[in-house]
Amino acid sequence: MTPTDTLLWVALPYAVAAVFVVGHVWRYRYDQFGWTTRSSQVYENRLLRWGSPMFHLGILMVIAGHVVGLLVPRTWLEAIGIDEHAYHLGATWMGTAAAVLTIAGLVILIYRRRMVGPVFLATTRSDKLMYVVLAATLGFGTAATVLYQVFGAAYDYRGSISPWIRSLLTFQPQPALMSDVPLMFQLHVLSALVLFAIWPFTRLVHVFSAPVGYLFRPYVVYRSRDRASGSSRAVRPGWERVERPGARPRL
Amino acid sequence: MRVMAQMAMVMNLDKCIGCHTCSVTCKQAWTNRTGVEYVWFNNVETRPGIGYPRTYEDQDRWRGGWVRTRRGRLKLRAGGRLSKLAHIFSNPTLPEIHDYYEPWTYDYDVLLSSPQGEHTPVARPKSLLTGDDMKITWSANWDDNLGGAGETMADDPVLASMSTQVKAEFEQTFMFYLPRICEHCLNPSCVASCPSGAMYKRVEDGIVLVDQDKCRGWRMCVTGCPYKKVYFNHKTGKAEKCTMCYPRLEVGLPTVCSETCVGRLRYLGLVLYDEEKVLEAASVEDEHALLDAQRSVFLDPHDPEVVAAARAADIPQDWIDAAQRSPIWRLISEYQVALPLHPEYRTMPMVWYIPPLSPVVDVVSGSGADGEDAPTLFAAIDRLRIPLEYLAGLFTAGDVEPVREVLQRLAAMRAHMRNVNLGVEQDERIAAAVGMDAEEMEAMYRLLAIAKYEDRYVIPVAHAEVARDLEEIATGCSLETEGGPGMGGAGPFGSSSGRPMRASVETFHALRHRQQADQAPAGDGTPERVNLLNWDGNGAPAGMFPPAPGEPGYGEGPGTPDEAHR
Repeated sequence: MTPTDTLLWVALPYAVAAVFVVGHVWRYRYDQFGWTTRSSQVYENRLLRWGSPMFHLGILMVIAGHVVGLLVPRTWLEAIGIDEHAYHLGATWMGTAAAVLTIAGLVILIYRRRMVGPVFLATTRSDKLMYVVLAATLGFGTAATVLYQVFGAAYDYRGSISPWIRSLLTFQPQPALMSDVPLMFQLHVLSALVLFAIWPFTRLVHVFSAPVGYLFRPYVVYRSRDRASGSSRAVRPGWERVERPGARPRL
Repeated sequence: MRVMAQMAMVMNLDKCIGCHTCSVTCKQAWTNRTGVEYVWFNNVETRPGIGYPRTYEDQDRWRGGWVRTRRGRLKLRAGGRLSKLAHIFSNPTLPEIHDYYEPWTYDYDVLLSSPQGEHTPVARPKSLLTGDDMKITWSANWDDNLGGAGETMADDPVLASMSTQVKAEFEQTFMFYLPRICEHCLNPSCVASCPSGAMYKRVEDGIVLVDQDKCRGWRMCVTGCPYKKVYFNHKTGKAEKCTMCYPRLEVGLPTVCSETCVGRLRYLGLVLYDEEKVLEAASVEDEHALLDAQRSVFLDPHDPEVVAAARAADIPQDWIDAAQRSPIWRLISEYQVALPLHPEYRTMPMVWYIPPLSPVVDVVSGSGADGEDAPTLFAAIDRLRIPLEYLAGLFTAGDVEPVREVLQRLAAMRAHMRNVNLGVEQDERIAAAVGMDAEEMEAMYRLLAIAKYEDRYVIPVAHAEVARDLEEIATGCSLETEGGPGMGGAGPFGSSSGRPMRASVETFHALRHRQQADQAPAGDGTPERVNLLNWDGNGAPAGMFPPAPGEPGYGEGPGTPDEAHR
């Protein structure tokens, strides 16, 4: 285990986790107004109508796949009758399908973002950075799957990457698990870490406002004027105006 | 019975001259910002016409409002909760910006910077979306005064529901103006459509607002509103809508559109209603019964039982008093001359309209007959099916009868007041024919024709004990654009991110004081600072100019009076 391993597979993930969590808390408290999907559907709908659902459904499948592959130990799946062969088939084919859907959607969306004038003008620098990192993460992940799972000899990441992630989550990091992982998987993990690090400062925060509560609330919302003037109206500590003793009250 | 108060508006369409002053002042006050260039919280449509956004009334296409299911329940036309979440990645019925119009400006700099030459320089239109040259082919008001009507008017969804013979004749027949703002509905489908729960109806006055901090830009409200009066700010990614100028209402001032209305056709006041009966009334099976169902939701503010229930519901006494003096209650329920816009959307809209009699009068007068004679007018109302049916398509879900009754009342008022003004003998039968008496008729005349400021706007102020809470955000300071003189501009995460600035309620109080005072506030001549932004051109307040030689305070310069003299 080299110092580089410790840096990449222990220090970096924990630093990213800290940025991710603290960043979100900070952004949520500081920037409620900027917390939005920043939808560009009003500019253009024909490409978005295909690209956006493809990308979003694909990426949700990808996330679900990662949860199963990374967080659920092999023994648990074997306990419910999913052996290595079944897992490999399922993960590879469903993963590939999800990847195709996601990447096709992303290609449509990026094409739209570049070629449709108003959408391109509404693209911020943070969007561009996010697209690069997101595309890199997806690209490396797909490349690793295609090279090693579809055409290769089925690299067993459940023996290395998955336990490494779980070791991070239980605060007993085992960076040695990652040192012999193929480069493509390493790049995928690293670009994902970068993505998590910039996440709270991009439009990706909208992921955490998925409106699940809508399913359970009454249709019409009433709110009192008193309550409406709550949180964001308060003066921030340290920003109160200076009042000179004896001065006239400000009108 | 659960009594709630609703701030509501009635517009008297006979008086609308289509000058668009309401639209312009509203835009200056609220939507002169990047991201909402295409947005008009208030717009004035020429009817027949296809409206703004184009054909918004075609709910088969735009899917706004509620529909009644076979089991008698209401569901959102665009789909319920699960369907909304399923379509969240791409809303299938969201109007694109081109369905409103592509906003533009002109390249004015060319006019100033062009070198001297043979040809006059031209400021070309530039798109505000792309910055490129563009050809202007549509706007918020392209078919004003039936301009280009032959091309577009067949697309008017209200006309489309009428017979083809009508369509062929409409252009010679009539036109009128329809000013529209948010309806601040009792059963708002935009609020029901919001996945984030960011839209809400205020308990105190029923104004429907978007919490800019809670909105996440899912844009379902735009689809949900059948009047298409919720707009998507494409710069901030948040929904915005008419706020009924609540910062003004809270200090007792009418909305900007009402205040500046040249025709003085807008009325503002409270209506008390029974919140528990709203859903039931919105769900009645027969669309033609919706008008009466909505009327039955309103409560008589003079009924002692209602007053007691209102007190029990913590409605302040001055609000109950205001509800009793409300012009809205009188126009909707006492005189029954106001009608809701498209009750068939089942949202229980709260901006009502007095349908125009003028198309009928114009035809009668144009044919050489007496346009103020009751029998002639009554006959003409019956004979002129086209305006009647069109108005019914707008205001009563196609039921001609209520529109006929309203127009007959207006016609009777015309005939009755002609007799009064000429000092001839009163004909009791005129008023009786429409179920009123002379006294009522003259009271209605005072409210509709004389329309004193105090009678048109009966606005109780929000309570001072909550003054601190009234320091609401406005949708933003108009100076606060990128590169503008304001404090804000683009935050770290795009336009206007970060904390909102406070709109100070004091400014409104000061403004109201100055507008209502008989003279410019008297000063004692001592030099003090004058805020020119609050100056309304009314006299020269003390301190505006430095004191002349010999006057007290000469040569002392601006300072606080404490230091100078007191």
